[in-house]
Amino acid sequence: MRPGPHRRESELVRSYVLTRGRARAEQPVEPAVLVRATTRGTVPELDPDRRRIVQLCQGGALAVAEVAGHTGLPLSVVLVVVGDLIDGGYLAPASAERPSAAPGPELLQEVLDGLRRLDDSA
Amino acid sequence: MDSAGWTTPPDPSYLPATVRRSAKILVVGPAGVGKTTFVRTMSEIEPLTTEESVTAAGAGVDDLRATPAKTTTTVALDFGRRTLTEQLVLYLFGTPGQPRFGYLWETLARGAIGALVLADTRRLQDSFDVIDRVERLGLRYAIAINDFDGAPKPPPAELREALDPAPATPLGICDARDPGSCRATLITLVEHVVETAAVGA
Repeated sequence: MRPGPHRRESELVRSYVLTRGRARAEQPVEPAVLVRATTRGTVPELDPDRRRIVQLCQGGALAVAEVAGHTGLPLSVVLVVVGDLIDGGYLAPASAERPSAAPGPELLQEVLDGLRRLDDSA
Repeated sequence: MDSAGWTTPPDPSYLPATVRRSAKILVVGPAGVGKTTFVRTMSEIEPLTTEESVTAAGAGVDDLRATPAKTTTTVALDFGRRTLTEQLVLYLFGTPGQPRFGYLWETLARGAIGALVLADTRRLQDSFDVIDRVERLGLRYAIAINDFDGAPKPPPAELREALDPAPATPLGICDARDPGSCRATLITLVEHVVETAAVGA
């Protein structure tokens, strides 16, 4: 089931084309950033992979890593493309917070309280 | 570990519309130490995988014992999520230990609460590189010895001496298959992060 060398090469080319050769987006996005689509409809102006990402996010909010998991695209590629789609107004972060900032005391406490309240049988 | 294979991703399980914030914790350790099991135990969704192409060194590459050395290979990143409150969701990233995985490690570490380092008493030395990397990234961490059946159980003091973590780093035992044990381990980690943040470390 593993793709052979030929397939792997073409995936690398595809990644390069999708990201336009950039390793990172101008707007840095990290894997746990939550995004949702801002547009409805079929976005025919986008290439198929971008369109697939926007359409996936039309269903509701997901983390960028989940977008990668559901589309089968490498996370490093999706980080760049999602950054572009946010810049282009197709996607919006679900939160206005700076995603790359270190978690503050309030968030840490909220996580701690949340973990303490979790039901282990769930 | 059940990291291989191309499976059809499950239908997307969208977050509740009320969720506004996310937090993340990295679950790190050598191949086969139980990262995937830990993520699966804690996750409310079927864990997802993304594959990355990496330029791989032939030796010391995790999860690749069955494949010959080659210049480009893929590594799998497994992750899951757990909604903690109406507004907050926690992501757990099972992060592979490959030396050439540096860029993604940095990306994953940015904004992370900290790292849970899973270790196996039968091959503690495999955890040295992982601990070094976590420390270099400036992540706070806790160490959990995954409680494999039949693995030796040296006293914690011996383990601490062998692994030599940063002072005050929590070190305990965990059963990656057990939800209560995994949850307690994460609580210990976050408490540690809160404490060290409070003293301005």
